[in-house]
Amino acid sequence: MKKYSNVIAAYSIMLILIILVGIFQSWSIALSIFNYCMISAVMTMGANIQWGYAGLINFGIMGYTALGGLAVVLVSVAPVPEAWRVGGLNMMTCLAIIIGMIFSIKYILKKIQKSKKRNYLIAAIIFIGLILIKLISGPAIENIEAVEPAKFGFLGGLGMPVLFSWIVGGFFAAGLAYIVGKVALGLRADYLAIATLLIAEIVVSIIKHEDWLARGVKNVIGLKRPAPYEIDLQTSPWFINLVEKFHSTKLAALNSLSEKQELLNQLVIDASSIYVKLCFAGLFLIVVVILLIITQKALYSPWGRMMRAIRDNEEAASAMGKNIVKQHLFIFILGSAIVGIAGAMMVTNDGLFTPGSYRPMRYTFVIWVMVIVGGTGNNFGAILGGFVVWFLWVQAAPMALFFINLFTAHLPETNELRIHLIESAPYFRFLLVGIGLLLIMRFRPQGILPEKIIKQ
Amino acid sequence: MESINAIIVLLNYTVLPALTYGSQLALGAIFVTLIYGILRFANFATGDMMSFGTMFAVLLTYYLQSKGVSFGFLPTALLTIPFAVAMMIFYMLLIDKTVFSYYRIKKSPPVQLAMVSLGVMFVTQAIIRIIIGPSDRRFLDGEKFILKASEFKEMTGLSEGLTIKSTQVITLVVTVVVVSIMFWFLNKTKTGTSMRAYSDNEDLALLSGIDPKKVVMITWIIAGVLATIGGILYGLDKSYRPFVYFNNMLPIFAAAIVGGIGNPYGAFFGGYVIAFAEIFLTYAYKRFFVYLLPESLEPNSLMQLLSTDYKFAISFSILVVVLLFRPSGIFEGKKI
Repeated sequence: MKKYSNVIAAYSIMLILIILVGIFQSWSIALSIFNYCMISAVMTMGANIQWGYAGLINFGIMGYTALGGLAVVLVSVAPVPEAWRVGGLNMMTCLAIIIGMIFSIKYILKKIQKSKKRNYLIAAIIFIGLILIKLISGPAIENIEAVEPAKFGFLGGLGMPVLFSWIVGGFFAAGLAYIVGKVALGLRADYLAIATLLIAEIVVSIIKHEDWLARGVKNVIGLKRPAPYEIDLQTSPWFINLVEKFHSTKLAALNSLSEKQELLNQLVIDASSIYVKLCFAGLFLIVVVILLIITQKALYSPWGRMMRAIRDNEEAASAMGKNIVKQHLFIFILGSAIVGIAGAMMVTNDGLFTPGSYRPMRYTFVIWVMVIVGGTGNNFGAILGGFVVWFLWVQAAPMALFFINLFTAHLPETNELRIHLIESAPYFRFLLVGIGLLLIMRFRPQGILPEKIIKQ
Repeated sequence: MESINAIIVLLNYTVLPALTYGSQLALGAIFVTLIYGILRFANFATGDMMSFGTMFAVLLTYYLQSKGVSFGFLPTALLTIPFAVAMMIFYMLLIDKTVFSYYRIKKSPPVQLAMVSLGVMFVTQAIIRIIIGPSDRRFLDGEKFILKASEFKEMTGLSEGLTIKSTQVITLVVTVVVVSIMFWFLNKTKTGTSMRAYSDNEDLALLSGIDPKKVVMITWIIAGVLATIGGILYGLDKSYRPFVYFNNMLPIFAAAIVGGIGNPYGAFFGGYVIAFAEIFLTYAYKRFFVYLLPESLEPNSLMQLLSTDYKFAISFSILVVVLLFRPSGIFEGKKI
């Protein structure tokens, strides 16, 4: 118990902060912060596996998050039969061509000796394949995008339950991580950071501009939910009864029937949004706990010790017969898959997929701040980092506004400096997070909850 | 005649813009590469530092404009360069003193310094947005065109016009001047040689009596000059918007790595490689072929290899290819 005292202390402080938001702002805000904290925690755990366990820098978190989001669209949205009729066959042919290209290149790499001839052959395959794809897909894409562009204009998904898409999101991200890992993992640390950052940009720009896939920047809205809808709750009698029972004292204090009804309606509307968020919170909590148990077990297993050995001294580990390249690739895929799951969770929570919103600032760098602030190599620390930094990120603007008002109280309302500062309150989040990161790096480089190595 | 028209089309829509954009990228890439070569870390605050310097140029330009000062047919912003550079250098030295020097003295691994530069990136971005706000700003004044399309047509009698924007010429001239002074400084002066020595082998350089503090300071000063001028040129040519500057970090990094990070010549060259690739691969060649081919062969599609949406993706793909086949860049990296 004593071993975990600092973990418990840090987590309780965090919980109290969120409860304070509930009391002073509203429970709805507190719960949405809590949900987002949990999503961030999952992302952080993924990054922490790569950075904390194995020392691999992955600045491509944005790309995996976006792929996870894409998975939600491709799995849960109902298919658009009209689009499939006009362009489905061509797109499937293109997919087949791509698969064929990959296999033929693999075959050539295996069968033919390394030579100029081989290089030319591969280049020819890629060139011919690309031209074929362009020729076949061109008219099909035009046709698909012409199908009710305001509503569809894309192929749609498979119409499966949305929870399934979380797993698919993980697999999508793992697939990308396999390719990226094969290409970039041999690079030095800072090269790897830049390469992954740029590859993530490529992925996001493809998702943004291939409208037939997921409507691109036109966004997909009204995604399925694993939780009930507010509108349904507001009309179902059991829920109204529940709210009535919950607030019975408040309602009894009122005399007139119409006033009572009005208050009840208001309470039901509030409660429905809170109920939905609670459902999501429960689901997310399950994911976080499962991941925490798995990662914790992995960290203290022989495999975890091997990863630490590789991280701390690659040469010694390889001299002991560990396959470093393979292990790096494996852990890179594992961590990215977790980030993909988080991306799917986030899109499910929002109920909409907005490729335009994937920016490296929010989805790569802030997540990295979380990893470093929380504590690299410590799963509890990673979760804490997700909570703390997300909380600061969201609450920085209200906090800044409060302090600006405090310090400029003596100035008149029309003072230009005051107006300017109040207008720029949202940007204090960058300042807060940046200074937080710099302070942690300087005075506690191992993070709030440092890595703990249990000696057997 | 037709073939001359075709060449003019290419010049007007691809070569000139690519040269301009390439120069702007090249300045940024040399900045990245100098920091990487001498201070030994990947500076993720690159884009925001360029933005920071440009911000002062924008503010001072507005101030001068309100006072009625102008620079004739040249943009007023050129007058503000010394002031903006001075502010930038001051900021960089301040950041170095308060943040980076601690890790340098401790000999932290480069990765840790890169992480610290993330913190600097956040803080710089916050300061910029609090001071000037996130909106799009244009601060170009003076003569917009050196050669207008209509004038060119009158002059030559061709059906295709050539437009030369003043910002394009200014960018090219300023880049050539700044870069040649910098290379002269690095290669011919004693301080420049000591910087190169420090970059090659730190311990040996210290043994031969090179003052590391001086080297670091000069590096930041050169970096400040390059970052600010690169930022101002980009802002004059397009417009100033903090978010765009932050994003420009990505092609700049690509340029630096493609050229071989740590090598200023490589970075200079890499800037143009990235810019030319971006523009040549996304340009719609229809008009070019209309002039060249007989009427019966005229293309009916746009003849565009990739849609302009993929501009950024192209430079990154080049980077991935270079990393795959020549991880140290086109020129050998890590040499100054």
